[in-house]
Amino acid sequence: MTRQTSLPGLRYAPQILTLLVVLGLSASLFPGFLNVEIANGRLYGSLIDILNRGAPVALLAIGMTLVIATKGIDLSVGAVMAICGAVAAATVTTTGSALQAVALALAVGLACGLWNGVLVAVAGIQPIIATLILMVAGRGIAQLITEGTILTFTNESLVFLGSGALLSMPTPILIWITAAALAMLLVRRTALGMLIEAIGINRRASTLSGVNSGILLVCVYMIAGLCAAVAGTIAAADIKGADANNAGLWLELDAILAVVIGGTSLLGGRFTLLGSMLGAMIIQSVNTSILISGFPPEFNLVIKALIIILILLIQSPALRARLKPVRRKQGQGETSILVKP
Amino acid sequence: MVQTPTHRAQSLEASAPLLHGLGITKAFPGALALDNVDFVLKAGEVHALLGENGAGKSTLIKCLTGVHRLDGGSILLDGSAIAPRSTQDAQDHGIGTVYQEVNLLPNLTVAENLYLGRQPTRFGVVDSRKMNRDASALLAQYDLHIDVTEDLGSYSVAIQQIIAIARAVDLSGKVLILDEPTASLDAHEVRLLFDVVRRLKARGLGIVFISHFLDQVFEISDTITVLRNGQKVGTCPTEGLGRLELVAMMLGRELEEETREHGKVHANTGPVQFSFKGFGRKGRIEPFDLEIRKGEAIGIAGLLGSGRTETAETLFGIHAADSGKAMIGTTEVSLPTPRSAVLEGFGFCPEDRKVDGIIADLSIRENIILALQALRGWTKPIPRKEQNAIADKYIKALDIRTTDREKPIGQLSGGNQQKAILARWLATHPRFLILDEPTRGIDVGAHAEIIRLIEELCDQGMSLLVISSELEELTVYSHRIIVVRDRKHVAELTGKEITTAAVVDAIAGNQPAAQERAQ
Amino acid sequence: MTFKTALAGATLLATLSLASTSAFALTVGFSQIGSESGWRAAETTLTKQQAEQRGVDLKFADAQQKQENQIKALRSFIAQGVDAILIAPVVATGWDAVLKEAKEAEIPVVLLDRMVDSDKDLYLTAVGSDLVHEGKVAGDWLVAEVKDKSCNVVELQGTTGSSPAIDRKNGFEQALAGHDNLKIIRSQTGDFTRTKGKEVMESFLKAEDGGKNICALYAHNDDMAVGAIQAIKEAGLQPGKDILVVSIDAVPDIFLALAAGEANATVELTPNMAGPAFDALDAFFKDGTQPAKFIQTESKLYTQADDPKKIYEEKKGLGY
Repeated sequence: MTRQTSLPGLRYAPQILTLLVVLGLSASLFPGFLNVEIANGRLYGSLIDILNRGAPVALLAIGMTLVIATKGIDLSVGAVMAICGAVAAATVTTTGSALQAVALALAVGLACGLWNGVLVAVAGIQPIIATLILMVAGRGIAQLITEGTILTFTNESLVFLGSGALLSMPTPILIWITAAALAMLLVRRTALGMLIEAIGINRRASTLSGVNSGILLVCVYMIAGLCAAVAGTIAAADIKGADANNAGLWLELDAILAVVIGGTSLLGGRFTLLGSMLGAMIIQSVNTSILISGFPPEFNLVIKALIIILILLIQSPALRARLKPVRRKQGQGETSILVKP
Repeated sequence: MVQTPTHRAQSLEASAPLLHGLGITKAFPGALALDNVDFVLKAGEVHALLGENGAGKSTLIKCLTGVHRLDGGSILLDGSAIAPRSTQDAQDHGIGTVYQEVNLLPNLTVAENLYLGRQPTRFGVVDSRKMNRDASALLAQYDLHIDVTEDLGSYSVAIQQIIAIARAVDLSGKVLILDEPTASLDAHEVRLLFDVVRRLKARGLGIVFISHFLDQVFEISDTITVLRNGQKVGTCPTEGLGRLELVAMMLGRELEEETREHGKVHANTGPVQFSFKGFGRKGRIEPFDLEIRKGEAIGIAGLLGSGRTETAETLFGIHAADSGKAMIGTTEVSLPTPRSAVLEGFGFCPEDRKVDGIIADLSIRENIILALQALRGWTKPIPRKEQNAIADKYIKALDIRTTDREKPIGQLSGGNQQKAILARWLATHPRFLILDEPTRGIDVGAHAEIIRLIEELCDQGMSLLVISSELEELTVYSHRIIVVRDRKHVAELTGKEITTAAVVDAIAGNQPAAQERAQ
Repeated sequence: MTFKTALAGATLLATLSLASTSAFALTVGFSQIGSESGWRAAETTLTKQQAEQRGVDLKFADAQQKQENQIKALRSFIAQGVDAILIAPVVATGWDAVLKEAKEAEIPVVLLDRMVDSDKDLYLTAVGSDLVHEGKVAGDWLVAEVKDKSCNVVELQGTTGSSPAIDRKNGFEQALAGHDNLKIIRSQTGDFTRTKGKEVMESFLKAEDGGKNICALYAHNDDMAVGAIQAIKEAGLQPGKDILVVSIDAVPDIFLALAAGEANATVELTPNMAGPAFDALDAFFKDGTQPAKFIQTESKLYTQADDPKKIYEEKKGLGY
């Protein structure tokens, strides 16, 4: 896909259109859907719910986008969420310090990322296998930390991260938007983004060009771990407890889906964080819409699957090419430089 | 070489065209790729198809084999019109194709590859014994006696190439199209392949041969057709055609003297910039001593797999040396990774551009600035303006033919990709540049430009190490030639010693021409 | 019987049996599924406590969610010649062979908490809770609580298709049948988790006029109720007053909510399955009394009036 040929607005047109359609459908089914008001000192409404509930997937999708851009995948982020939530809860219940709890949780997230990164970059294990290890073991580790129970806490500062509000905006929303903005600055204001793409497209050629592929790969997995740690802390703070069994369960798949919907190819290379954030919001809009629709829960997964198939079909390049007036693909190499004099 | 009776081939030659393309026209959006091209292939003939990259060779092949639909003209096979809709369809008509990259499955056995999709069955199950027997018999026709139950991937590219030919001929049997079959073969393997081609020719097949190697074209072909800009320049018998005449036909201009022996007579006497002592790596290249002077071009000659590329890879830290030391000036340096080499001012244009060179989906601009950016570190991004300036500068200086610097590099032709990789390194202002087969698989025009560039860089004081299979080319620009054999540096030629004959002698292991260097 | 008196009674019984049967102290094998939930951990703790109080020599085997481990454990119990076997089967099928082996060795088997699809002759009895009944107890409480007022109920279901979700929904609906003032207006799955309980409750509140239209919440387990209570609070309403909260399981955390007035009632799924099982075994060994094929444990209702603080303290240590 060539970025430069399309206007920035047009580039995200399919995602934005999809988001609007999902929101529009919900609004037509349920008129109050788009209302936003201030209640109890904070913004209140389904749109706010989408932003708020979408926080974990959005955060995971930040790291996942970068990992996928390197032609990798991180299946462990859901389990890392559970571990970090458990670490935060265990720390805050023993020390009473929210600051320590968050710091330790983030450190553990980074450590998990380091583990994945070393397995992928140094040991050369395929990312899907390397991260599967922590995906499977992670929940067990989290359960060891919580001793098999839901570890509850009441520390106000920590709870604030999950269910507080700053300037009437729920904290998780502020956190994920800030994280996404920071990540975008990080990758596009430095050369990190381009180097990540280079590694994802051709790691060997990048290494031969002097790119420090190994260290960059480890860093990318550490960013994914850090994002999972933030998501895990928020998820625990949200319910004032660390639920090792269920925190972040299957969210790695939602994160991957968000990245794909956002327009980043699973084959690595060109990536878009903004697209992934839109993807995360599309997924959460679908979830929230289903909940508010009042359909029996037996239909939840079917509806979600149908909507996602639709979204992916809308975005499918092959399908779009079919629908467009016939414009044959320009031949590669040889024909492209051939212009008849 | 021809073992079957020749009179049969002669009688066939006189016959009517086997494959006849009449006024073949093919248009792509914005470009007319083939303009009313006539093409006549006779039975028992090797017909070379030549032209610069973009001349329309591939398009013509693709039209003949059903990959592209014709926009005009017709194809006659044995006098009756055909309109192949796919390669499969073309094959059924009798037209088989073998590409440069063998399109077989390396993890299946040789026999399975030969009979893929048409395995002999017995009671509904694959009869492997019969299949293996048939496969052995089939390959024996090509004087190839190998274990057909081994994985295809365990054999050399040349053998794979012959197996691919055997399959194609077995499937189609009238016309065989060989698209750059020799691009990744060494001299011995080329000979092996040509034996096979001659056999098939004697059997009465019509063979279309596409290659950039003019020597090979002169050796094997009976007839040559030259295309330029989608039009046929002409068809003439190989015999009696001069090299210069041919190159002029291809380029549409007189090329200054092609590249013949007029090497550097005087040894470079600049200061020694890099010296490697006892440098080597077990299993890849035996320890060697090497001194490189400022502005010196060192050629490395040897057969494929003799240790040429291995020398380069050890110098550049891809497979780090496990013995000896490297000095820059008087300082000892270590080169454990490519990155460390880049930081020391090294650059490396790899042999396999597609795998080791280009980042296909990134733009030409990004490919050009990649090494410079890696050198500066990710925290210090090159401003976009500077990136554009650098990219534009080298696109112009190296004449990289593209409409737009933002185009993905994968869409460029081979020669232009090679120039872009060169640009990537030139942008870092390296002190020492290693070029592994810089002219392989690129057209004659780009070829000459790259050779000119090598000489210019030396004049500017850059040290170069060039690996090439094209010995004439090496003798032109090298101050010194190091000959590699059996993973050892065996000889060194300087100044007047440098002649193609001497290099060939050294490669072959004939003592007198060069001083053997005892290791 | 309250929970406490049950314990006291059991202790008494245990002391008696210890006195009378000390000559042959019972050896019982217990194959537990694992410790996938707090409730399961509490069941293990209570089984061990019960055995200790009764002087039973308990051989404990944790199957870590695997049937083959359970079958192995059973075979080893049989080989050791235990007097009886307790098993909480991880799945319903595939037990025939090993149960036959136990029967041939004349070792009575008691199923705890979950049933199997084998011939009833192959085990002595099964101890468990009636899930439908639990739902009915919760429903009956709500019917009595709201009296004649009209009341819109929202329901947080368990994992879609799971038997607790189906049965607890049915039982609740049975209780509400015939009371037209109570109406279930929204029902959605919360997957038995706090996070989903909270998220789904948020959407209920949005959909029902900020919650003003909701009079009661029925959650299929306490965890979802705990999550929902937070959602109600964040919406500026008072759980327990503005919206009544009734749920099932009686895990310790819900008693904190009861104590704080944020939840109204919970129905206990007792983790003490071993008590009734040992009782049945005692009777069987003493005079051959054949127990009923299903021993239903009590589904006790707790409200704010039951000194929730104290119960929380009691339950806290059980490993929930």
